[in-house]
Amino acid sequence: METSKQNWTGKISVATIGATDKEGGTRSSQVTVGGETTLPYLFKEGDIPNAPVIAMEVLDIEPTDWPDALKKPFGDSLKDPVKWAVKCVEEYKAPLISVKLIGTHPDFGNKSAADSGKLIKDILQAVKVPLIILGSGDDEKDNVVLAKASEVSKGERCLIGDATEKNYKTLTASCLADGHNIIGESPIDINIAKQVNILISEMGFPLDRIVINPTIGALGYGMEYAYSIMERARNAALIGDKMLAMPFICLVGQEAWRAKEAKAPSSEHPEWGDEYSRGVLWEIETAVSVLVAGADILVMRHPKAIEEAKKYIDNLMRR
Amino acid sequence: MALSGLEIYKLLPKTNCKKCGFPTCLAFAMQLAAKKVSLDKCPDVTEDAKRALESAAQPPIKLITIGKGDEKLEIGNETVLFRHEEKFYHPTGIGFLLEDTSSEQDLRKALEEIKKLDFERVGQRIKANIIALSCKSKDASKFEAALKVILQGTNLPVALMSDEPPIMEKALEISKDKNPLIYRATSANFKEMAKLSKAFKAPLVASAPTLEELEGLVKNLNAEGVQDIVLDTGEKGIAEKLWDFTQIRRLALKKAFRPFGYPVIAFTKSEEPFQETAEASTYVAKYAGIVVLKNRNPWSTLPILTLRQNIYTDPQKPLQVEAKIYEIGKVSDKSPVLVTTNFSLTYYTVEAEVESSKVPSYIVSCDSEGMSVLTAWAAEKFTAETITKTLKRLGVKDKVSHKEVVIPGYVAVLSGKLEEESGWKVTVGPREASGIPSFLKNLGK
Ligand code: SF4
Repeated sequence: METSKQNWTGKISVATIGATDKEGGTRSSQVTVGGETTLPYLFKEGDIPNAPVIAMEVLDIEPTDWPDALKKPFGDSLKDPVKWAVKCVEEYKAPLISVKLIGTHPDFGNKSAADSGKLIKDILQAVKVPLIILGSGDDEKDNVVLAKASEVSKGERCLIGDATEKNYKTLTASCLADGHNIIGESPIDINIAKQVNILISEMGFPLDRIVINPTIGALGYGMEYAYSIMERARNAALIGDKMLAMPFICLVGQEAWRAKEAKAPSSEHPEWGDEYSRGVLWEIETAVSVLVAGADILVMRHPKAIEEAKKYIDNLMRR
Repeated sequence: MALSGLEIYKLLPKTNCKKCGFPTCLAFAMQLAAKKVSLDKCPDVTEDAKRALESAAQPPIKLITIGKGDEKLEIGNETVLFRHEEKFYHPTGIGFLLEDTSSEQDLRKALEEIKKLDFERVGQRIKANIIALSCKSKDASKFEAALKVILQGTNLPVALMSDEPPIMEKALEISKDKNPLIYRATSANFKEMAKLSKAFKAPLVASAPTLEELEGLVKNLNAEGVQDIVLDTGEKGIAEKLWDFTQIRRLALKKAFRPFGYPVIAFTKSEEPFQETAEASTYVAKYAGIVVLKNRNPWSTLPILTLRQNIYTDPQKPLQVEAKIYEIGKVSDKSPVLVTTNFSLTYYTVEAEVESSKVPSYIVSCDSEGMSVLTAWAAEKFTAETITKTLKRLGVKDKVSHKEVVIPGYVAVLSGKLEEESGWKVTVGPREASGIPSFLKNLGK
């Protein structure tokens, strides 16, 4: 019988997040992603050695725009990022925590780099899983905040981001000096995605410590743009483009929970049905869409959405 | 698959006799490839060449129509593996599984629920497309009774599910003018099912557990004279289904492999709604022509329909709304004027928020070639000049007695220039549309 198998020559790089005492860190576990030699879940023409992982998101300030359905599972811990992180690991078994330092943004409290540094230290103390550390997106502020975060977590092999085309030098230098992985961000543009990786690597940064953030949109809110960028990048990587052959990180929770379909109360949209399931499923479905396109790390919020996305990943990985 | 000029040239007599009106066979071939002339202009073309050219002119994946009238479902005729290569053409039909063992009352209730799976998103209607009725009872009279309830209760196309030709025949008798989909022909019943498909001119699902067996089955059906086929590879894990569907699509498109030149149908394996939605969505993204679901909650269906809308959007042509003045609510000459771009996602998000604010307003949508606010601004399609031009062209000043315009917070930098250019007073609105209601309520207070 005729088949149509692709002979892929490229391979997605393998990134390891977290350093145990063997590697000079204090994490109790490591998370490894990437290494694919085939398109998503086509096991018959290549290997997918590492299943996608889900990091749980923790913010450095109490969330203001989260609907009740999303706040409830975390209770009072939302007021204290350290407790919040502990809850994610102990109660919800998160293998990876993503700390977003949104409170350092001038518009959201303008917390100092010193405050963030202390918070990162405290979280590293309180939980032993590897960390992702994300800035607030304000270039100037990120340059001081992330430099500090990198410094206090030296040797822990975190994943820190985001480096952009216009603002990559400070973060790249920090991550290089302190032994971290880095996230290169591009605004849904494959050429910029590649350019950012080239710029970072030209500073002597190893390719296998770079992760791509393709800046996704939520389901129904531009999801298809990043979906296609990811498919294009993966195809290019598998035929040998090393500057696009990095694992993807997708900020699923942050995007999904901005959607009206995720947070509008049933009183406003009775035709959409049960409010709780609808919000959770909007996050799951946003995760599904990027998984099909090749996502490696998902940053998510709702414990139920995470549990279901995990189940789905287990199903996908069953060959 | 379309042939190139050179490939067509190889099939021509190569005598350069000019009878076609072209100086050489090659020139004629080039015109044929561009579909500017027809083959019959060449009097000397051989029968073999004719046949080769005709089959090459057929689409690599056949378009299959199920049902009749406004609600008919068209699937297949796809041309690419990835949407970025061109676009996907015929959105996956979303179907719902009903069983003939349900009571009449339950069936009616199910139909009512399915009718409500009909939503509007960014100016498009997204809805359920097909009902699959399974003969779980294995009893022809029960199946017939249930089918009658369905035919009465909905105009949606139906798929009839039974492996028994005699049961299928009776069902086809009462549904034949609806062009139903016959599910299914297997290696055990294909001769009888082929006969029914031909007699009732109804498309037929070919179902086999492996691609090898499916190829053989389709060839058998073709030999029996069945041309309208939908492919099914049976129940298996998600990754295995992905492989099957990818193989089918690749072989059809890249190797013009005729046995797989048809759309595929998928049934979900999961019962539980979260997992079922995830599974179904995977098949929507990866090549299913129809996906049949068991759950029919609005909250579990809306995400699938939305994902389908996203995946099937033309990547080259983002959905756009007309660039014009939209009146939201009972507007007066005092109502605020908000400007935004003509990218439909942007426009409808703004519209929904203005509506929910209950403050009657004008929304002026500027032609930004379908880009969102920030992208359009970066591409210089949404600038002080273009906004000024739009305000003028649409005669906004004749609609209101004031001269104030609200711009999106993301393009706050435009305010100075825009005031200068347009002579309107500029107010900077919120960055995210979700801030519009409170913004509008406080405006002018
Ligand atoms: S009529 Fe036919 S054989 Fe003659 S030149 Fe045209 S294509 Fe060639």
